[in-house]
Amino acid sequence: MTVEVTPELFESVPDAHGRFGQFGGKFVAETLMSALADLEALYGSLKSDPAFLSEFDRDLAYYVGRPSPLYEAARLSDEIGGARIFLKREDLNHTGAHKVNNTIGQALLAKYMGKQRVIAETGAGQHGVASATVAARLGLQCHVFMGEEDIRRQSLNVYRMKLLGAEVVPVTSGSRTLKDAMNEAMRDWVTNVDNTFYIIGTVAGPHPYPMLVRDFQSVIGREARAQSLSQAGKLPDALVACVGGGSNAIGLFHPFLQDLGVEMFGVEAGGKGLGTGQHAAPLSAGSPGVLHGNRTYLMQDDDGQILETHSVSAGLDYPGVGPEHAWLKDIGRVKYVSADDEEALAAFHRLTRIEGIMPALETAHALAYAEKLAAEMSPEQHIIVNLSGRGDKDILTVAALEGIEV
Amino acid sequence: MSRLAGLFSKLKEQRRRALISYVVAGDPSPSGTVDLLHRLVAAGADVLEVGVPFSDPMAEGLVIQLGHERALANGMTLRGVLDIVTEFRRDDTETPIVMMGYANPIERFGYEAFAEAGALAGVDGLITVDLPPEEVDRLDEALLQVAIDNIFLISPTTPEQRIKSIVSRARGFIYCVAVKGVTGSGQLDVAEVAERIGVIRSMTELPIAVGFGIKDAESAKRVADVADAVVVGSALIDEMVRKSEAQVDAEEIQIHGAAVQLLERIRAGVDSSHF
Repeated sequence: MTVEVTPELFESVPDAHGRFGQFGGKFVAETLMSALADLEALYGSLKSDPAFLSEFDRDLAYYVGRPSPLYEAARLSDEIGGARIFLKREDLNHTGAHKVNNTIGQALLAKYMGKQRVIAETGAGQHGVASATVAARLGLQCHVFMGEEDIRRQSLNVYRMKLLGAEVVPVTSGSRTLKDAMNEAMRDWVTNVDNTFYIIGTVAGPHPYPMLVRDFQSVIGREARAQSLSQAGKLPDALVACVGGGSNAIGLFHPFLQDLGVEMFGVEAGGKGLGTGQHAAPLSAGSPGVLHGNRTYLMQDDDGQILETHSVSAGLDYPGVGPEHAWLKDIGRVKYVSADDEEALAAFHRLTRIEGIMPALETAHALAYAEKLAAEMSPEQHIIVNLSGRGDKDILTVAALEGIEV
Repeated sequence: MSRLAGLFSKLKEQRRRALISYVVAGDPSPSGTVDLLHRLVAAGADVLEVGVPFSDPMAEGLVIQLGHERALANGMTLRGVLDIVTEFRRDDTETPIVMMGYANPIERFGYEAFAEAGALAGVDGLITVDLPPEEVDRLDEALLQVAIDNIFLISPTTPEQRIKSIVSRARGFIYCVAVKGVTGSGQLDVAEVAERIGVIRSMTELPIAVGFGIKDAESAKRVADVADAVVVGSALIDEMVRKSEAQVDAEEIQIHGAAVQLLERIRAGVDSSHF
């Protein structure tokens, strides 16, 4: 695709149909179309409404604890050499990841719509926890759909959700991971559309979700941009973030898209290696198709069936990706790369040991690539890595992989 | 005149309602579907809906989801479904066939290529659950070229203005979804369905089929009192699953028989309707 990349281009998406170039859209059953239209209309009126925005900002400040710091990982930089590495500390948010930025926003929308019940899908459990948290705070009923396989590997987060009063619904269909949880959440939404708000956890799904989740998460990049200017005296040379559905990445990237000198890298889960087919890297090794309400890059076979994915990290174990990422890939604004399970685990240990910061396994994929990237850059340059979540939830997974019983 | 239009005009003359059966191609076995389709016609199906299995059937309840999973495990593909239609047409050139599935396998096949292959095989209509009017233009255009009817869905949540715009481009028949929910779920509220059918009828001459939530002769009769066609799917598949679970050594002909017998009872229910 030949599109001239100008700063204005990024203000043109999504269009009125919710499309980012050929990607995005509203590929859902007719029953959901009016719910999406209602949401689109409400959000359209609220996104520039000062009362709504100040309520959102207030919650981010006093409930989530924003702004999150931009921390220079000087010891890590010394160890790696090359560019300075800054970490955008989303792990310090309430509930331990970037996910809460979005659930705060969507819960406010649910409140404005008068919905008494929220549902969510979750993979690693971070979005489920963030949804259960805002539901508890607003007194809303909350059902979280989670694949059986993910329930097994993220048992701590499952218990957290239960403590918060949410019901965790095990999903036993298909591959029993995030994609199947999303199918089941969609089925619930179709059935209970009158009283239920569906809090989608990433920048995927039908329009207007990719847009509104992006808008809620963009606080990450807005803060990082200002912090970079004040702490490093200039814009960063590169941004790095992991990409499953892509919400933390779009949150960091979006406010920098018009700064054409800032390079961006989205890091997908390479699993056991792109050559093995056992990965979760649709942008690196997939092709365009339609799933979960939008057209995007997918991992699929020749017959258009969605393939099972593999990643050590439950939060990246998803065969699709947000449509804006698909578009950013095609126009060449963002480079999409991958880090495999082993590289991510090594990065998990390195940051823990050198900086005393234990990253989520999802985040560790971004760190693994950032280390390679920094090593090839000069000390005058600096990069920002989105430290999207903390790793406490992954301790049992890491221990099991290393044959240690906790 | 297309097979669908011919059928509905014939039934109108005879003052009869249409019965539409749904099964998933390749379920329960990959080789038996053609035989099952012929038996469903013999048992009273006027239109055959043939499900195209997909790995992520978001609008399906558990019964049909598992049907999709079994069909995929049996190796069924979109090409395979077209082959089934081709084979069926060798012995039956009259019964309309409507394929029902999801966008991605068709996207992968290519819209134009699919339309051509579908027409060649003898497909009459297509329902793509996740292609609402906003997303269906390109496929609709390809189908129009080969005289396959794109069948639009109207749900309990579709506002009147939107119904008007949907029926203005509809062909074949209107598929009215009876309940908010997935296939096979929910409590059927016939009075509510009747009201919606009244609204749709005031806007179009096309026949109106009602599906989702019709389980037996009784519910089929009540729907046939108000709709031109009754769609039954989950209940047929459920019958086959029950049969194979109750009798582990059941042969395919017996498993199919369970669905066929239910369809016969539903046919009787439809034919006892008053309108």
